[in-house]
Amino acid sequence: MMGSILKVENLSLTADKEKLLKAVSFEIKKGEVFALVGESGSGKSLTSLAIMRLLPDAISVSSGDIKLRNRSLFVLPEYQMQKVRGKSIAMIFQEPMSALNPVMTVGEQVAEVIKIHLGLKKDAIKKKVISLFEEVALKDPKERYHWYPHQLSGGQKQRVMIAIALACEPDLLIADEPTTALDVTIQAQVLKLLKKIQAERKLSILFITHDMAVVSQMADHIAVMRQGEILEQAVCEVFFNAPRHPYTKKLLKDAAHRKEGREKKQHTERLLEVKNLKVYFPIKKGFFQRTVGYVKAVDSVTLSIPKGKTLALVGESGSGKSTIGRAILSLVPIAGGAVIFEKQNLARLNQTALKPYRRKIQVIFQDPFSALNPRMTIGNIIREGMVSLGVGPKERTLQDVYIKELLLKVDLKEAYIHRYPHEFSGGQRQRIGIARALAVKPELIICDEPTSALDVSVRAQILTLLRKLQQESGVSYLFITHDLSIVPAIADEVAVMKEGKIVEQGSVSQVMENPQHSYTQILLASAPKLPYII
Amino acid sequence: MNIVLLWTDMLVWILVIVVAIWGLFISRSSQVQKQWHTVFKSSIAMASAIVLLFYLLFTLLDSVHMHFTANATASNGQTVQYKAETVSLLDLIFVHNLKSTERTYSAPFATHEYSKSVIVDDKGVTRQGYLPLRYVSKKGNLVEKSLFAVLVGLFISSLIILLHLFWQSSGNFKSVFLKNWKAQSVLPWRTAYLTIIFLVVLLTWLYMLSFDYHVLGTDKVGGDVLYQSFKSIRTGVLIGILTTLIMLPVAVLLGVSAGLFGGWVDDAIQYLYTTLSSIPGVLLIAAGVLSMQVMMDAHPSWFETTLERSDLRLLFLIMILGITSWTGLCRMLRAETLRISQMEFVTAAKAFGVGNLMIILRHIVPNLMHIILISVVLDFSGLVLAEAVLSYVGVGVDPTMYSWGNMINQARLEMARDPMVWWSLFSAFVFMFILVLAANLLSDRIQTVLDPRNK
Amino acid sequence: MFVYIIRRVLYAIPILIGVNLITFMLFFMVNSPDDMARAQLGAKQITPAMICSWKVEKGYDKPLFINHHAKGMAMVTDTLFVQESLKLFRFDFGFSDANRDIGSDIKERMWPSLAIALPTFLIALITNISLALLLVLFRGSVLDTGMMVIAVMIMSISGLFYIIAGQVIFSKIWHWVPISGYEEGWSSIKFIILPVMIGVFAGMGAGVRWYRSIFLEQINQDYVRTARAKGVSEIKVLFRHVFRNGMLPILTGVVVIIPSLFMGSLVMESFFGIPGLGSYTIDAINAQDFAIVKAMVFLGSVLYIVGLILTDISYTLFDPRVKL
Repeated sequence: MMGSILKVENLSLTADKEKLLKAVSFEIKKGEVFALVGESGSGKSLTSLAIMRLLPDAISVSSGDIKLRNRSLFVLPEYQMQKVRGKSIAMIFQEPMSALNPVMTVGEQVAEVIKIHLGLKKDAIKKKVISLFEEVALKDPKERYHWYPHQLSGGQKQRVMIAIALACEPDLLIADEPTTALDVTIQAQVLKLLKKIQAERKLSILFITHDMAVVSQMADHIAVMRQGEILEQAVCEVFFNAPRHPYTKKLLKDAAHRKEGREKKQHTERLLEVKNLKVYFPIKKGFFQRTVGYVKAVDSVTLSIPKGKTLALVGESGSGKSTIGRAILSLVPIAGGAVIFEKQNLARLNQTALKPYRRKIQVIFQDPFSALNPRMTIGNIIREGMVSLGVGPKERTLQDVYIKELLLKVDLKEAYIHRYPHEFSGGQRQRIGIARALAVKPELIICDEPTSALDVSVRAQILTLLRKLQQESGVSYLFITHDLSIVPAIADEVAVMKEGKIVEQGSVSQVMENPQHSYTQILLASAPKLPYII
Repeated sequence: MNIVLLWTDMLVWILVIVVAIWGLFISRSSQVQKQWHTVFKSSIAMASAIVLLFYLLFTLLDSVHMHFTANATASNGQTVQYKAETVSLLDLIFVHNLKSTERTYSAPFATHEYSKSVIVDDKGVTRQGYLPLRYVSKKGNLVEKSLFAVLVGLFISSLIILLHLFWQSSGNFKSVFLKNWKAQSVLPWRTAYLTIIFLVVLLTWLYMLSFDYHVLGTDKVGGDVLYQSFKSIRTGVLIGILTTLIMLPVAVLLGVSAGLFGGWVDDAIQYLYTTLSSIPGVLLIAAGVLSMQVMMDAHPSWFETTLERSDLRLLFLIMILGITSWTGLCRMLRAETLRISQMEFVTAAKAFGVGNLMIILRHIVPNLMHIILISVVLDFSGLVLAEAVLSYVGVGVDPTMYSWGNMINQARLEMARDPMVWWSLFSAFVFMFILVLAANLLSDRIQTVLDPRNK
Repeated sequence: MFVYIIRRVLYAIPILIGVNLITFMLFFMVNSPDDMARAQLGAKQITPAMICSWKVEKGYDKPLFINHHAKGMAMVTDTLFVQESLKLFRFDFGFSDANRDIGSDIKERMWPSLAIALPTFLIALITNISLALLLVLFRGSVLDTGMMVIAVMIMSISGLFYIIAGQVIFSKIWHWVPISGYEEGWSSIKFIILPVMIGVFAGMGAGVRWYRSIFLEQINQDYVRTARAKGVSEIKVLFRHVFRNGMLPILTGVVVIIPSLFMGSLVMESFFGIPGLGSYTIDAINAQDFAIVKAMVFLGSVLYIVGLILTDISYTLFDPRVKL
């Protein structure tokens, strides 16, 4: 029986009389990966900050205790707690972009933690930093020592964060959503690295995430949190094989997107065709800021969207998939190629000639917070497109009736028409965005990562809504996403994009089950999968 | 009697009307109402706003000018033809002070002049002595008069409060009164009432005693300092608000166009404001005012009276201040417009084929309002303080115009006197300090509430 | 880097031309050479011939923007605007109305200005930043709120009050320092100390508030949380991490005014009788001496643009993300 490293006993947190954590208890044993799973706002990150005693001033511990190797952390004076942080308990955060100090070299930042806790000499510190960089598989560790965070990619920064965390050989590593901000392939690499280090060092890890598939790969022991409470704790196999709590069951069900039983047609009618589309952004350099070259964001892309069906466009960040969406909407200048819709090349039309087509092609965005003007009521947000494109009734009272019908259609309440966006949750805002697009009765909706900012359960609801709307009205979707796991749930066809080019296109079953291109194969292999047991 | 509209009067009243319409317009939005509600939940903000309202009241009183040419009957029965003079409502209120000009300096509440002068007494002997002031009443004592004034002040202020309570209560008067008094109301009405009581009592006291004394003393030529201080309010407030009013449309138009259209429009606007902001502010103002002075000297036909002349000069000064101060706001608005135009709701509007003008009016300007508002209130206090410095440098308002800057400037020359003539300086600084402090406190609160980063 | 500086200097030229155009318009369009001649000659009977000869003597006889008598390029170049601008670009400021060489006046009066402005700037920078760091360290405490209230008070009082109050208290009542005046060399300290202290104090309210808000913004960043999670103590977090990152926005506001320190402070110098460029300007304004005001406007703009370039350069030194 291995000894316990960390014990959280009946931890409760309050802020302004509001209970944020309600008697949370768990125990992490030596050498195990303990996963804390939950949706946003469930209190999992607060738990980790409480362990580090880094809670914001407004939040206070109302009861409970945290023991590290049977020593209570809450009774320690601040200067002793500083010796615990970074030495006994280390932490890595979600956002590698902002978690490193931008004006210090990454080497210095690793060296700082060694200097504080181990008190080595300068040369020894540097040697140690370089060996740590080697351990986290950073290339050219000696040179990287003098690099600044902005010179590294997201994955490399997260490796530096891991090096900082490992530097003083901690008893416990807290990893707070360490791969959420990373691309799938990078995520796979970082997870692999964490696993390898954990095995080599017999490290205990508190792994915080919302992603069930990642959990299934990493964890030994799992606890599910919701609204500040732990609902269920179990060993990994038990957890996935026999979840007890209904919320856990629902989470697992929502996370596993299985192929919808859709009938396959050999040949479907095409609604929109993109031929050799090119979108270039100029690079300006030199004395007179001349254009010296172009970033080929979209480089000769050809694809077609089936009528009444969904084409999923899959790719990692920077692959140019969102740019294609904007090019189809004629919102970015097109350098070459054609966008053919109803036998008309949209790329050649001017703004006035384009207006009739604006009604037929609409868009839903990723970020539900910036997609709605905070100064307009929901009613006016939806009304704007109707008025501009002359859809629906002309009288204001009749428009209100029309808008209320739309709100009901996307499962919102009629009364929301006079409210403002800030009163709604992310999922509700996304529904408002969908209603806004639907208001002009489009034939094609470009969905630009509409679910990637949402929690798993909300994501499942939005996908269901989109499917329902498609069945009702026969609208087509171009579904842009980085998340392969939701493709089977929404799409009929899929196109895979890499560095501005389409590498593979075909029906979902073809591409997902029998990928031809090597990049598609890597993507599929990198995507964390749930054990198919449910 | 006929009403005279000076240029600046016109602008002030236009501003009042515009603000009223704007207030009506935005009060329809529950969101904006809620924001202002939050602003005034702070008792400091409430008190500051009331102080500012009083300053505004004096500004407005002083912005209604009239022209008298009537004959009046003097005390000794002779008909006297007064000079055709333009006076404001405020002048009418303080008409006793206007007429009671002494010979020279006197301290607050003094009965005699401040410096000795040669007196020839009945026996023909000359000696040095303090001459008594002409317009100071010797009847009654100060304490009695003060008590009476305070009572009157309390009466007036309680009238105002009762009126407000009636307006607010619509029936259940007592419960609303208790709620406000026990500080249980949502808005800090108790603080508001206390501020009103304090200000009204103070003002009645000052005003009632000004009939019998020179409450804040007199200046070199015997002018009443209290009257000067009140007259200066208009100058200070006008410079503070009209400057922003004049520069605001320019800054918003250019800032938004630069941010939204980019390309050569952006280049041109950036060039314009870099050039303007590269000239040191005081020097640009000085150069502008000097040129203006030359121009006005060359065209004496533009104005008929000294009042019109000084008013025109004030207007030009406000314009020059406006030209020098729009660049900072323009730069901020450009950056913010750049940020907003990348937001997805603007992209959505474009995907609906909404025109540029509508995008600006509906999506960009409403989201810039907090920056505009914050900069208006922040600039206000800076401009009030700047007026004093500019008058000192010699490029401020017309020397014949009442302003705190001119008061300080004149009193400064007497600093070498021993003992010091301190009351002019003191009054100007105190009047200015209260205005600026109230403006700063209110702007702090507005900033905290409106700035989205503070959420 | 070198290419960058050259480019910035070249960018500065159109801006300076713009500045010249503005001052030119203010001085020559509104106040034509004929008006100047009349004002200068002052004699009661001025004949057009006298005006003409005055204009020839001062070089103001050319047309303003376009010379219709000249051919080719000279049509534009042989004009008052181009000739006057070229003189300024050569830093040839000409003579004042009192017939003094403005260029040598500026060289001479620059140093007293700097003697006041530089210590004020440095002391203010150090005290304000230290106070702001202190307040950030004790953020939310009584000290913090109390100091913020005091800061608003300091901000709300006119700068003239500090000068007058300072002169009355320290010179008239306590006789610690002379009320005004200036001497060369080390003995100038007794004249400098009061204006410097007043300058520092008057700017303290706004300064401390500004620096505090910058540091507070930094302290909520993710990298500060990382540093704390590493076990770095709060003081070290403040000095090693927050301070260095806060320096970047501070640089934008601070470096740009360094060259302009030469220009001195108008109010301070004239109150304390310092023979610097500030009092020079104020005297010129009161005497309506356009030549001096024009020279100072041009000089001020040049120094401001130098300040902008220095700001960019300082960014490359402090911010590794910025490369020229």
